[in-house]
Amino acid sequence: MSTVPPSPTPRTPRRTALDAVHRALGATMTDFAGWDMPLRYGSERDEHQAVRTKAGLFDLSHMGEITVTGPAAATLLDYALVGNIGALAVGRARYTMICQEDGGILDDLIVYRLGDETYLVVANASNAQTVLDSLTERAAGFDAEVRDDRDAYALLAVQGPESPGILASLTDADLDGLKYYAGLPGTVADVPALIARTGYTGEDGFELFVAPEHAERLWRALTEAGEGVGLVPCGLSCRDTLRLEAGMPLYGNELGTHLTPFDAGLGRVVKFEKTTNGGEFVGRMALATAAELAAVSPPRKLVGLVAEGRRVPRSGYHVMSGSATVGVVTSGAPSPTLGRPIAMAYVDAAHAAPGTAGVTVDIRGSHEPYEVVALPFYKRRT
Amino acid sequence: MSNPQQLRYSKEHEWLSAAEDGVATVGITEFAANALGDVVFAQLPAVGDTVTAGETCGELESTKSVSDLYSPVTGEVTAANQDVVDDPSLVNTAPFEGGWLFKVRVAEEPEDLLSADAYTEFSNG
Repeated sequence: MSTVPPSPTPRTPRRTALDAVHRALGATMTDFAGWDMPLRYGSERDEHQAVRTKAGLFDLSHMGEITVTGPAAATLLDYALVGNIGALAVGRARYTMICQEDGGILDDLIVYRLGDETYLVVANASNAQTVLDSLTERAAGFDAEVRDDRDAYALLAVQGPESPGILASLTDADLDGLKYYAGLPGTVADVPALIARTGYTGEDGFELFVAPEHAERLWRALTEAGEGVGLVPCGLSCRDTLRLEAGMPLYGNELGTHLTPFDAGLGRVVKFEKTTNGGEFVGRMALATAAELAAVSPPRKLVGLVAEGRRVPRSGYHVMSGSATVGVVTSGAPSPTLGRPIAMAYVDAAHAAPGTAGVTVDIRGSHEPYEVVALPFYKRRT
Repeated sequence: MSNPQQLRYSKEHEWLSAAEDGVATVGITEFAANALGDVVFAQLPAVGDTVTAGETCGELESTKSVSDLYSPVTGEVTAANQDVVDDPSLVNTAPFEGGWLFKVRVAEEPEDLLSADAYTEFSNG
């Protein structure tokens, strides 16, 4: 029995501030974007269900934090990113992207406005250096400083319906007043933290940015506070199935430099009506063209696929209609919530409508029937 | 984890029981099951199939990956574990017992199957 494909480890991976905790918990570790990260602690399906029904605790310290400060911080980010970042209120966060001049996606980001002249940009681990380099380059001529803060933060996330109660027992911060996609500085378990109501699971939850030396103390406090309500430590494996069920894209799977936000069905993040820099931003011209094309004749669409059988589609597998290839799977996994394999795939527009008949996925030579559905697969009841 | 003494093991992480009336049982080890994570789909050889030592005879799919299943011996398949097909998580919860995969009438056995102690050393190495 051999697992395919094995992922090569090119160099010694970095360890997070919580490495000893993970090892003591018996985590199965994996190399992820140059970091040694917990893949799972026990059963990844149990971890997934804990987040859906109770709560899960994640170490996300591999994420790349970049601080942008200065009088022109807002105008710089308006220029460097596709979103309307200058209009963001202090204490709020926004999902946005950084694109190339040709409109290709360099990364998807969450940007927090911490103050009038202070922003925290959170990039994917695999792209953090690219984002840092691009922001630094694009900052030329702006009265703003771009600072690499990757080593300044550990990032813990507590996600799931029990997470507000768990966190409330450890902080005086006004969590009721903290809306989805908002962040405020506070104290959790006597540790200074940026408390953000964000996540990548499709559940209510929080992300806590703290100094690395406080990470272990916070982890233990959250573990203890969550003990009675079913909080469990969760690895990256269930994070992937959680985000997939929630229809959230993953850079490298659904997003890449060969795609614009419009190709990914995320054109809404591109704001052409910016008031700063005369409306100019990196990629504007190419993105305007991409927007027109998407409105008139969309090439491929990102859709959901639900298996009728039990074989799991994987990234790169072909989506078929009869003997014709009509798309490609970008992410696939067995869905713990649906009890069936699911996938996201880019599919030719003619076959992308929910309910389209005759769509299959070529799973190592066998054409397995799949139902085309609208994303997301799962939406929490609010 | 401990690997049962009465079984023998392949370097592809399958176990093989002692044959009874020429028929041996095959499964994957606990080490392999842990490495795979939650098994969600099992494609097993069919009764009557001929399997060959060291060659692919099925596949096991987990959340993160798909893995080929190799036969540790050559022979004819006499049974496939329908319980595992119906509930693949048996491979994780009871790899040496209820999670067995198939039975084979052994025609030929390779010489390099490992004892429990040798396999334990091999899989910990």
